[in-house]
Amino acid sequence: MLKYIIPLLLFIVLAVFLGLGLNLNPKDIPSPFINKPAPEFSAPKLNAPEQSLSPADLKGQVWLFNVWASWCVSCRAEHPVLNQFAKQYAVVIVGLNYKDEPDDAKNWLKTLGNPYTDSVMDQDGRIGIDYGVYGVPETFVIDKKGLIRYKHTGPVSADDVQKTFLPLITKLEAES
Amino acid sequence: MKPLILLFLLTFTISSHAVDSRQLSDPKQQESYETLTKELRCLVCQNQTIADSNAELASDLRRQVYEMLQQGKSEQEIIRFMTDRYGDFVLYKPPFAGKTSLLWIAPGLFLFMGLTTVFFVIRRKKASAQAQVDNLDISSEKQKKIRSLLEKGELS
Repeated sequence: MLKYIIPLLLFIVLAVFLGLGLNLNPKDIPSPFINKPAPEFSAPKLNAPEQSLSPADLKGQVWLFNVWASWCVSCRAEHPVLNQFAKQYAVVIVGLNYKDEPDDAKNWLKTLGNPYTDSVMDQDGRIGIDYGVYGVPETFVIDKKGLIRYKHTGPVSADDVQKTFLPLITKLEAES
Repeated sequence: MKPLILLFLLTFTISSHAVDSRQLSDPKQQESYETLTKELRCLVCQNQTIADSNAELASDLRRQVYEMLQQGKSEQEIIRFMTDRYGDFVLYKPPFAGKTSLLWIAPGLFLFMGLTTVFFVIRRKKASAQAQVDNLDISSEKQKKIRSLLEKGELS
């Protein structure tokens, strides 16, 4: 009897591990930034390159930092969600236009709508590296003290907005 | 024909180098550059090092490594810079820590488990072979001969 039970148990253990492995998303890499200060930068604004923006300017409010690019296919899927999000809830979304051509980026916003309070340019991808960006789009939630509280990799869906972003933002807004 | 085919195949085995190789004036730094780019994972393609990958991010990270070496940063400082931003996942050689201990110990553990199993299986086989010999209804002389043959077989 034992002769059959042991292989069966081994098989079950293996199957459970493999099953868990199938459901893991290899793109979901734990971010080392959670509860750490948002890295500083000072970058030119997309719509007004002579002005610059830095995270310090946004202290005291909860904001989203969304990495996007006109060449990014999933950003196109995410865009209507962000548009709706910004319109409906008056949330501050700052865009990081990552490794993009300013003209392409401006065109993109003109045709698809602009959910961003401001977008800053990161043409050579250095700010991206500082934020550990590896797959556009990525979205960070930054609290009033300037700490990164959440990171979402990949396109934000309407479901993510309802289930994750809104409750979190409400919670962070309540913090002093 | 065969040598020709072989030659044809061998021409494609030339060892690969970084997609865009950079030269540092100090040979020691150059060595660090080669080592680091081979130890850092490209997070877009995941199963390639940044030295191998053609992805934009890999090229940006190579540039970052190059610049930091030029500024005289040490290998540890650069690895620190990368893990601060991308986590341990960026390293092909993850550090030994609580979370990664299973990763490091598992191969040895599996080897140990395998060897133990083999040991017990062999011991049981041997015992049952002996028992069979003992149960044979033959003269003790013949039994002796079979035993000696069995032992001989073990030695060879």
